[in-house]
Amino acid sequence: MANTFAFVESRGGELRRVGLEAVTAARQLADATGGGEVHALVIGAPGIAAKSEMIAAHGADVVDAVEHPGLALYSPEVVAATAAARIRAGTYRAAFFSASAQGRDLAPRVAAQLGVALGADITAFEASNDAMVVRHPMNTGKVIATLSITGTPVLLSLRPGAVTATRAPRTARTETIAPAMDPGSARVVPKELLAGNTAKLDLGEAPVIVSGGRGLRAPENFKLVEDLASAFGNAAVGATRAVTDDGWRPHTDQIGQTGRLVSPDLYVACGISGAIQHLAGMRTSKTIVAINKDREAPIFKIADYGVVGDVLEVLPVLTDAVRKAKQSH
Amino acid sequence: MKMAVCIKRAADMETRFKIAANGTSVDETGVKFDIADFDGFAVEAALQLKEKDGAGDVTVISLGPDAVQETLRKALSMGADKAVHLQADVVPADALAIARVLADELKGGGYDLVLFGRMAIDAANQSVGPMAAELLGLPCVSAVSQLTIANGRGTARRELEGAAEILEFPLPAVVTIDEGIARPRLPSLKGIMAAKKKPLEVKPAQVGASRVKITKMELPPERTGGRIIGEGPAAVPELVRLLQTEAKVL
Amino acid sequence: MTDFYAIDSALSEEERAVRDSVHRFVDERVLPIIGDCYVEGRFPRDLVPELASLGVFGANLPEEYGCAGLNNVSYGLIMQELERGDSGVRSFASVQGALVMYPIFAFGSDEQKRAYLPKMASGDIIGCFGLTEPDYGSNPAGMLTMARAQPDGSWVLNGAKMWITNGSTAQVAVVWAKTNGDTDERSIRGFVVPTNAPGFTARDQKGKLSLRASDTSELVLQDVHVPADAVLPKSAGLKSPLMCLTQARYGIAWGSVGAAMACYEEAVSYACNRVMFGKPIGAFQLQQARLAEMLTEIVKGQLLTLHLGRLKDAGTMTPQQVSLAKRNNVSMATDVAREARRLLGANGILAEYASMRHMANLESVYTYEGTHDVHTLVLGQAITGLNAFQ
Repeated sequence: MANTFAFVESRGGELRRVGLEAVTAARQLADATGGGEVHALVIGAPGIAAKSEMIAAHGADVVDAVEHPGLALYSPEVVAATAAARIRAGTYRAAFFSASAQGRDLAPRVAAQLGVALGADITAFEASNDAMVVRHPMNTGKVIATLSITGTPVLLSLRPGAVTATRAPRTARTETIAPAMDPGSARVVPKELLAGNTAKLDLGEAPVIVSGGRGLRAPENFKLVEDLASAFGNAAVGATRAVTDDGWRPHTDQIGQTGRLVSPDLYVACGISGAIQHLAGMRTSKTIVAINKDREAPIFKIADYGVVGDVLEVLPVLTDAVRKAKQSH
Repeated sequence: MKMAVCIKRAADMETRFKIAANGTSVDETGVKFDIADFDGFAVEAALQLKEKDGAGDVTVISLGPDAVQETLRKALSMGADKAVHLQADVVPADALAIARVLADELKGGGYDLVLFGRMAIDAANQSVGPMAAELLGLPCVSAVSQLTIANGRGTARRELEGAAEILEFPLPAVVTIDEGIARPRLPSLKGIMAAKKKPLEVKPAQVGASRVKITKMELPPERTGGRIIGEGPAAVPELVRLLQTEAKVL
Repeated sequence: MTDFYAIDSALSEEERAVRDSVHRFVDERVLPIIGDCYVEGRFPRDLVPELASLGVFGANLPEEYGCAGLNNVSYGLIMQELERGDSGVRSFASVQGALVMYPIFAFGSDEQKRAYLPKMASGDIIGCFGLTEPDYGSNPAGMLTMARAQPDGSWVLNGAKMWITNGSTAQVAVVWAKTNGDTDERSIRGFVVPTNAPGFTARDQKGKLSLRASDTSELVLQDVHVPADAVLPKSAGLKSPLMCLTQARYGIAWGSVGAAMACYEEAVSYACNRVMFGKPIGAFQLQQARLAEMLTEIVKGQLLTLHLGRLKDAGTMTPQQVSLAKRNNVSMATDVAREARRLLGANGILAEYASMRHMANLESVYTYEGTHDVHTLVLGQAITGLNAFQ
């Protein structure tokens, strides 16, 4: 009967959904290996401890909260040292982190401090004898590796969305603990958090992504893409490398091999030809719609639904139809 | 500034990959290799820092079989000054094992800045850089999309989901480089010739135990696509119907 | 990239690196604009500084003159990759390197080499090669341009040259002229003429349907006065400009393979994507036959140039060997381009696709640097010992 650990990511005093996914994963593993305890850790500014209840509601038996004014922003050295110390103090089969931007910075640090292996960006996991067996996409998602990882604990970072955060209420012991090092002594100092347009859904979380490419012809025409995204209501706006390189959209909107990897329920590719490095970023989307005036465009080969036409003509009509469909819902 | 860039030789990601007969790796027949995408950004970032300073030294380091020497020479042809090949027949699947070999080499090198690509485009663990930093006891900022160095300190920007953060750190430090900082320059023909004369040291790598093993490698399920449902705005009603009834995403 | 016969494995790492760098340059900087340049009839002059930084000009000349000092196989690969982009771009590099820098290197004084070569390598000075005349193309021995020595050793040149690449943009022209009234070809010498010299005019030839992304000019020299040190001291007779042509033709043998590869790859991609009668057109026998033929000819062309390059590097290459390669490869490239154009169907007539542009360009390449027919007779004479030129 093994205990599992979950690091619960938060930002600006709020838990992030990926953090709860980590708790759910830990709960699943504990239940699958004899019903051990799930110990969770959350770190932030004073007040974060109030989130313990939410964490317990997702299956944690123990919730440790670290509250410190110097930890309002993610301070990598402090968080890593604290997580490592906490994990070292227990005996865990596995310790779950999120393979989010923060988690991909945090988990390797903790693994190195503990001298244990890390299975990063995993999409599935199970305990198998004395190993953890996980699945991990490689080569821009073109191959899927099954890895067997040994050691105690095994650190794992979960691809966002690989596990669905699920309520599994427990009566948890909660306590506030001190950070493992003084935040004031950290060498890497977080200075500022620049919130993006908070009305904008992040590409990694949006169920729908509407994306634009060169076929839009001019940066002003991205308005049509944004209009369609608004019509869906729960959509984020993405872009191809071609248009981000040209400065039509910020680099952070780029979906592709070296940009964002996304896996929404619906991906609408507008005026995008489908260069391989772009496909690498969105190939795993559940449903793909492509609108392009070139019937030969490679994007049509992977699109579930293709519309051959001028994106500037199709988008307004589609936006209108989506808006009406949503209203009548 | 004395800089080191750790680079990896990786396959061209435009390849249509096939699984090798052993079932645990990718078939390399006919596959083109080059400096892994993000590592190329890291080399370019280091070269730009050197040029901005007007002085400095860039050493590129790579772990792997003899074939990585060609990759190191590519970095030399871009403008790096010297190369170190840490010879090992196989690159382990365990990022910590890799980090330990690199840290051993970097330790004692007196580097002001050690750069990595954000992640190896093939293994996609995004772990080796921060792990190496921990082993070296150096401050580290990962996935840096903007970087300035001045007076022995660095300021870095990292992209988050729907946000960004700014951090400061002292040198010496480790950074891992994300897209957006720099596009790797084309090696000039003179650069290619000059690379042959630059020092490339080969050392056997002491690779320790690897606790990560690839037990299977497979292709993801084929996407079936190619269904054109109509032309122009006239196709919209049918598209909406399919999204509602078939795909159930509307 | 087309490497059906694993020719990459017969190249050194350096040769592959050179090829890859120029390949990437063409992909990123030439291909996006060249269709438009061709349609507009304009040479992409903005690319000259970048080509220079890349090190493409006079790439096989020594490092001491600011050149890359590459071997001849590397030089050939550069031409192959440039012409994969466009014959006009490769022509610019051929002229600058093989027809202007080379004669200065081979026949010039140390002062001339030092004055011109580094600046030509860096693209600061553009040159052109004045050999061909309105009435003397295939038969340069008959040229009329005459240089007369003056009492003080300086020269006065009179004559007209035609079909001169870079003529209107060059700062310097390497002009070949007979000397002192002697109409025998043995009196031909080379002169480095600044194009801003009084009496020198260059005018673009208009109305071209081929090599449109290239400047082609007429040169007129009317009592053009140049100093004594303008002559290329080691130039002596027609064989001097012919040696330059051998250099350029060597590059063209490689370049035409590049053009053929571009057309072939475009055809393959199109054949696999274009659907007609319910399947990609590449599934039909007639298209497969086209593609098989193209590939076969390209592979033969690749092997021809690779071996030729190794002979050149060993110092044993003969002009007749170059004639064979230029003749074969340009001819096969024109066929590949035409067949690719046809495979592309209606789309093949658009500038958005490369094949018809290559097809039109290659007609010039077939004709210049020794027409196909001239090279046929070169080979005939090499085989039989008998002169069939007249």
